Amino acid sequence: MLGEGILKGLGETARNFAGSFVSADRLTTVQYPEERIAPIEATRDFPFLVYDGADWEAGLRCVACQICEKECPPKCIYIVKSTDKKPDALGKPQIYPARFDIDISVCMSCQICVEVCPFEAIKMDTEFELSTTDRFGGLLYDKKELAKSNEHFHKIHPTEAAEVDARLAEEKAKADAKAKAAAAAAAAKAAAPPAPKPVAPAPAATPAAPSPAEEKKP
Amino acid sequence: MIEKADQIFVLLGHWLVSFLPLWLQAPALVLLGVVCIIVTFPALFAITVLLERKGLGRMQNRYGPNRVGPYGIFQPVADGIKSLTKEDIVPFSADAVVHFLAPVFLVVVVFMGYAVLPIGRNMTLVNMDAGILFFFAIGASTELSVFMAGWSSRNKYSLLGAMRAVAQMISYEVPLLMSSLVVVMMTGSLSPNRIVDAQNQYTFGLPHWYIFTPWGFAGFILFAVAGMAETNRSPFDLPEGESELVAGYFTEYSGFKFALFFLGEYVGMMGISGLGATLFLGGYSAPLQVLGFVPSWLWFIAKIMFAMCAFIWVRGTLPRLRQDQLMNFAWKFVLPLTLLNLFDAALWRFMGPGLLRWVVCSALLLLAYTAMARIGMRRERFGPRSYRYAE
Repeated sequence: MLGEGILKGLGETARNFAGSFVSADRLTTVQYPEERIAPIEATRDFPFLVYDGADWEAGLRCVACQICEKECPPKCIYIVKSTDKKPDALGKPQIYPARFDIDISVCMSCQICVEVCPFEAIKMDTEFELSTTDRFGGLLYDKKELAKSNEHFHKIHPTEAAEVDARLAEEKAKADAKAKAAAAAAAAKAAAPPAPKPVAPAPAATPAAPSPAEEKKP
Repeated sequence: MIEKADQIFVLLGHWLVSFLPLWLQAPALVLLGVVCIIVTFPALFAITVLLERKGLGRMQNRYGPNRVGPYGIFQPVADGIKSLTKEDIVPFSADAVVHFLAPVFLVVVVFMGYAVLPIGRNMTLVNMDAGILFFFAIGASTELSVFMAGWSSRNKYSLLGAMRAVAQMISYEVPLLMSSLVVVMMTGSLSPNRIVDAQNQYTFGLPHWYIFTPWGFAGFILFAVAGMAETNRSPFDLPEGESELVAGYFTEYSGFKFALFFLGEYVGMMGISGLGATLFLGGYSAPLQVLGFVPSWLWFIAKIMFAMCAFIWVRGTLPRLRQDQLMNFAWKFVLPLTLLNLFDAALWRFMGPGLLRWVVCSALLLLAYTAMARIGMRRERFGPRSYRYAE
């Protein structure tokens, strides 16, 4: 009969209307500034630079290789290489970024910089409340604003951070073993025969270790 | 005491006016009434907007606005401030004069309808003998304002919206008139006051409202449908159909002019509701004799607000009609039924009192409704669509 569907629909809306007062689980709204949903682990928005240790400037994993700058599709990364070398978190002299800027108003959160980084130095953050009254300077993040500790990384993406740490530890162990073997070989060579050339294997060990080689993490 | 509460505004008005010289008293009283209407109904409009936003929210399992003030009750104030402070843009190629006049005209016309509505006992601003006719004449000129808005904006969406609005409003004007004619026929008067008086009687404590007769019930339903279409209200809101026409005829309006359109639309809805209440729901009379102590104007406003809630409920439920469905419904279903309803009312009148006329009149209407629904509103079944390429 004509009108039956209308009555049925009116009943449905009435049920919703009354039900929304009675059962709270009908209301899906999250009252945002007061209530928040914890972000899922795969959340990502803008990149940040990871540092090890307590001092952000000394501990930056970035070695200013500029791969991310070249790969960035919207070209939002700007890097100036340092002219000198500074010891990184592991005490090895490295080139460091004299400037590392990301314009997050340009960034499109594609995560390509993260995927191309060979040093696990750049990762995606989950911070999304980034609004500012200064739309040019306020959205152009420099090295200091981008630097965030490894603990922060562990907090926002625990699984990925654990994987990264394991990988770095493995690489470090490999490098350590290689260095140790080289040292042992050198020592053996130095001890047994009257030394043909003890220095030769030593430089071969250094390039194999990407960033962490000797020093322990705190 | 009860009498005093009922007549409080009348007495207050007369008392205020009594300070003026005699020749000024009558115009001052009318002016006072006008001011009261212009203050009261926008206030009701604010309440309705809040109710609508909260109610629609709840129907969709949301909270609705709840930020401004406790439970968001000051949301209309915030909305008002927003629309007052917004930039008022007039398109470069628009006809500036007509563009400005359209919302003003709408609001003026819509308020004029209230002149003949009996808001309470002795509270009709102009006690006109042909009040119903006046209301329809005034109500029909809202079409002009809608078309002014659509035409002067020089925007294709506005124009399309305005054309839809005019087509729709003219189509539904006929059933609206026809469905209220039953009441005029049975009362024998076009005066809203006389119509309310005819319904303001009680047997066994129950009122003689026209809605409690077969023809009155059918007339009320048809009136409600036509009124909903007449005020461009969902599900008949094609003229502003935001999914296809941006905002329809007021696409190019912003700031306070937009607010005026909004106000005009809601005040028009309340006007139609008021007329519907006057015609079918006994105007300002109480629904039960024992409730007669509540002031009459309160009943009228309660009936209007009840109708607004019904409007909101329907809006929360039904999707928008298509243009052809709209027209089919008007001409193939509503209009024939209103004509039949006229016949039904005549039958009722000449069959005299008794149970028989109840049975016959109800059966006739029910039968017609079912048959019309079966035949007139039959869903057309289309076969699979085939395409032929041009040679």
